[in-house]
Amino acid sequence: MNRLLPRGLMAPAVIALLLWMLVPLLMTLWFSLVNYNLMQPGQHGFAGLANYEYFITDPDFWPAVANTLLLIGSVIAITVVLGVLLALLVNDPFPGRGIVRVLLISPFFVMPAVNALLWKHMMMNPIYGVLANVWKFFGLTPVDWLTDVPLVSVIVMVAWQWLPFACLIFITSLQSLDREQMEAARMDGASAVQRFWYLTLPHLARPMAVVIMIEMIFLLSVFAEIAITTAGGPGNESTNLTYLIFKQSLMNFDVGVASAGALFAVVLANIVAVFLIRIIGKNLD
Amino acid sequence: MAYLQLKNIHKRFDDVHVIRGVDLDIRQGEFIVFVGPSGCGKSTLLRLIAGLEHITSGGLTLDGRDITHMPSGQRDLAMVFQSYALYPHMSVYDNMSFALKLAKVPKDQIRRKVAHAAEQLKLTPYLQRTPRELSGGQRQRVAIGRAIVRAPKVFLFDEPLSNLDAALRGNTRVEIHKLHVELGATSIYVTHDQVEAMTLADRVVVFKDGVIEQVGTPLELYDRPANRFVAQFIGMPSMNLVAADAIPAFSARSDGRLPVNGFLGVRPEGLHVHAAEGGEPGRVELIEALGADTLIHVEVGGVPLIARQNERTPLRVGDAVRVELDPTQLHLFDAQGQAIAHPETVS
Amino acid sequence: MPPNPWFTTLRTLGAWAAALLLFFPLGWLFLTAFKTELQAIAVPPLFVFEPTLENFGEVQRRSDYLLYARNSLITSVASTVIGLLIAAPAAYSMAFFRTKRTRDILMWMLSTKMMPAVGALLPIYVLAQTAGLLDSLSALTLVFTLSNLPIMVWMLYSSYKDIPNEILEAARMDGANLWAEFRHVVLPLSVGGLASTGLLCLVLAWNESFWALNLTSAKAGTLATLIASYSSPEGLFWAKLSAASLMAIAPIVVFGWFSQKQLVQGLTFGAVK
Repeated sequence: MNRLLPRGLMAPAVIALLLWMLVPLLMTLWFSLVNYNLMQPGQHGFAGLANYEYFITDPDFWPAVANTLLLIGSVIAITVVLGVLLALLVNDPFPGRGIVRVLLISPFFVMPAVNALLWKHMMMNPIYGVLANVWKFFGLTPVDWLTDVPLVSVIVMVAWQWLPFACLIFITSLQSLDREQMEAARMDGASAVQRFWYLTLPHLARPMAVVIMIEMIFLLSVFAEIAITTAGGPGNESTNLTYLIFKQSLMNFDVGVASAGALFAVVLANIVAVFLIRIIGKNLD
Repeated sequence: MAYLQLKNIHKRFDDVHVIRGVDLDIRQGEFIVFVGPSGCGKSTLLRLIAGLEHITSGGLTLDGRDITHMPSGQRDLAMVFQSYALYPHMSVYDNMSFALKLAKVPKDQIRRKVAHAAEQLKLTPYLQRTPRELSGGQRQRVAIGRAIVRAPKVFLFDEPLSNLDAALRGNTRVEIHKLHVELGATSIYVTHDQVEAMTLADRVVVFKDGVIEQVGTPLELYDRPANRFVAQFIGMPSMNLVAADAIPAFSARSDGRLPVNGFLGVRPEGLHVHAAEGGEPGRVELIEALGADTLIHVEVGGVPLIARQNERTPLRVGDAVRVELDPTQLHLFDAQGQAIAHPETVS
Repeated sequence: MPPNPWFTTLRTLGAWAAALLLFFPLGWLFLTAFKTELQAIAVPPLFVFEPTLENFGEVQRRSDYLLYARNSLITSVASTVIGLLIAAPAAYSMAFFRTKRTRDILMWMLSTKMMPAVGALLPIYVLAQTAGLLDSLSALTLVFTLSNLPIMVWMLYSSYKDIPNEILEAARMDGANLWAEFRHVVLPLSVGGLASTGLLCLVLAWNESFWALNLTSAKAGTLATLIASYSSPEGLFWAKLSAASLMAIAPIVVFGWFSQKQLVQGLTFGAVK
């Protein structure tokens, strides 16, 4: 069998991804070790680990980490719990099921920029927004979402967008639930709650793990929703790691420090990726 | 002169030695059946002949040409797959004409050949359908038709009837047999079903663990199995095999030819069960009334045996009976399981 | 035992309520696009009103919507097509010429998708700047292509693997060489997979916001850039924002309705069946 042909077919993809992976990584590594500010070209002294130190001691650093964890954690919690409930609700046939599924899925396909502004203005505006009107309807003072609870606002936006994703995954997984096993359990006298706890939930364990890991990886990079609505503020209340690095890069133009931060984010993502890859690998024939 | 010759064929998958030295000569026009338990290597050998796997060592010759390392498409062989492997996106006509199209046969010739094969297989009304619109039996026939159209030197069948239900299996078996008579083509047929083997084959090759246990006509294998394995593999229900010291009375009927650690073999039709005198005492364990045949499972001296007779029986489970052995139907095997003696048969 | 009819009714109501609630913001966006600016900020909110199409025209006049739309279209389509051209042979090779390292290579490719974009932001920005490609369609297209490449390879690999091996063997027995096998069997049977992969990546590229916002502005800006510019302009703008947004998301949301299954496959890397 010709050994050249398979390699030739794979070459473009492998080379492209190799470059895509290595070039930025190596450059980031280099940048993180030098003094490089886009506003001060020509100054390229070696800085050692100074950039890392600077990044970590930035007063915004730990708040950003906390916000990132809070953001990721809350969105995951909301999407997984509600996702499972919704999936169970929609699992068995009922009139209009097709339409309901379509409605449920839609938010996921909305451009993050549209998502951000849709919520910022039409929903969360404290005077004219829909939520404000709902609050007024119940006799409560409307919440000034983006000013008073910026991180919560971002969490709401992101959760709204990702809930359909989790829901869809769980719906798919529930389709492969063994009906006969359920019927056997019913004949053995198991109640609906018991059937859920002992049969459904374990079956969903794997997709839940996958959803959690994938969301961890992609939620780390939440950017548009923050950039367009709160710009990380007020102060640093809604700044996450990604936004912090962005601020350092393209607003402060401090390439060195930003690169140190970027590597930090990459390491974090890598840790989760290792586990996710292991699960995927097991599934691969 | 062998039409298809296998010489010392070996096949290894990594460290697993699957085919361990197979020699076989197949004559032109023969219908050869490869039979054996799962994992014996019969399908692998078929795939080696087809060229779908590489032969690790050994030689393969077809009609004088060495095809050991030739690509499948050039060997002039056609294969009918177990799952039919029809092209799902092509019509029946296109499925059957694909090979000819690739060989750049002129269109009108293709049309003629396909029409002829379709008629033989009663597929003419379905030529424009896609496989999805056909039943299992029809798909099976398209798979066969695809092979016939090519008029290859040898037909290869890989358990073609396994995916059909029982009734269809019987009918299709008969059809395959008729086709073979009509076309006279050399065929190699792999199956684990010995009824297919017995009814279709000119000669049967019994495999076990990658080696040939015996080659012969169906009745040769039935009447003169070379060893214990073949003896118990061919024939349903299996031949009764009794250790030499298990039922002394039976062993005595061998006139001393049975070695000390050997085995006595007698087919179910060679045992007679009756309530009256004679033979050895036994107990009825199970009665299987099949209508034309009756199978009586008995226990004699702690050994389970099966007897077969054409008449219905009034016996019941638990009855005490006498079991008699027909000495003219004795097979004798030595301690290693090799056959020593067979009954003389009327041929 | 058939389910309790009350339970079914409750469940149906619950499902519909949840769906409508979740979809509400989008529905509201839809309605607002057809209101006048004053109607858009009416308190209490208006559900019944006389629809108008004036916003759609305004958006085009104000900020040249069509330019941004064109950029979105070009970058999504180009990146998808180029991506498929690179990914298809690779996936083909991995599916049909498997080696011991195939699995590892596939896993590695997937892992490149898992790296946060922000990790590559600076280097890419600097490279683009040096090459004079900031605010250019080519830079954006390149980045989109590379971002989606792993998903494309993965999904195409899956659809090639779905072709039963015996059919390919039958083709081989029928005398097909590698090219004939590809042309007559693999290609027709994988067209569906190609289409759905392309569709999914089109959606992903269209919605892409991180790179679009950071690498482009006035010339090569995509719809994401346009929408982002509505972050806080002067005057009343909700109706126009809704109109612009609606035009930006409508085709994609509809595409999404049709590519649900591929979504699950692609974005979970097949880890969920």
